[in-house]
Amino acid sequence: MVPQSWYLVVAAVLFCIGLYGVLARRNAIAVLMGVELMLNAVNLNLVTFWRYQEPTGVTGQAFALFVYLVAAAEAAVGLALILTIWRTRRTVVLEEIDLLKG
Amino acid sequence: MTLEQILFLLFAAITLGAALMVVLRRNVFHAALFMILSFFGVAGLYVLLEAPFLAAVQLIIYIGGIAILIVFAIMLTRDLMNPNIPGAIDQWKWAAPVALLLCAMLIWMALGWGRATPAAPVPDNSLHLLGRTLVDAEGLALPFEVASVLLLVALIGAVTVARER
Repeated sequence: MVPQSWYLVVAAVLFCIGLYGVLARRNAIAVLMGVELMLNAVNLNLVTFWRYQEPTGVTGQAFALFVYLVAAAEAAVGLALILTIWRTRRTVVLEEIDLLKG
Repeated sequence: MTLEQILFLLFAAITLGAALMVVLRRNVFHAALFMILSFFGVAGLYVLLEAPFLAAVQLIIYIGGIAILIVFAIMLTRDLMNPNIPGAIDQWKWAAPVALLLCAMLIWMALGWGRATPAAPVPDNSLHLLGRTLVDAEGLALPFEVASVLLLVALIGAVTVARER
């Protein structure tokens, strides 16, 4: 059997890779992809804790399902915003999206 | 090493390797393809964790839904393919140490924590129980309905925001 800490380490590394993507990428869509990686890491953690600590309950899996739902909503709204910005500014580069800058 | 550990290492390597390529590839389209591979690795880990329903949901929602949505968005906004534009902004010089530091801290916390083996085997009716809890008024029916409304509002909002004026 694989120890729980192995899964936790994988989730931690996945989260930090996603964090780097969010902080460092230039393309807004690539930033969204980083967010998706972070959400996946969180889900992996939830399922790991469900499996190792309380496999007879359902809370961990139910939480993971809600995270999926929020991720889907977040992707839809985020991509809609990016498409709108693309239409008005012809760019998805975050540095060039400065409409609110005084 | 048992077969399970070998499979775990395989799926973990797929997940993390593909995730690294997602944030490091300059070409956003290649990054999206690697993201699909990474999601697939996570689905494999779910199977190892004996959560086959979540593995299926991972394949259907993430690969079938979100990844396709992202590929569409890349194709609709495609202009950054010219090689003169670097994939990362200048901030990466401090973003990388921040991510590495957090990673080291999290690994330090995770190692030696948790159980070596699961507390109990997964009951056979686990999925049945999950489905019942989600629509049970004593269980998670209210969060479930609120989540449905959130999804509806988000999708209507997305259509409204993205509509051609």
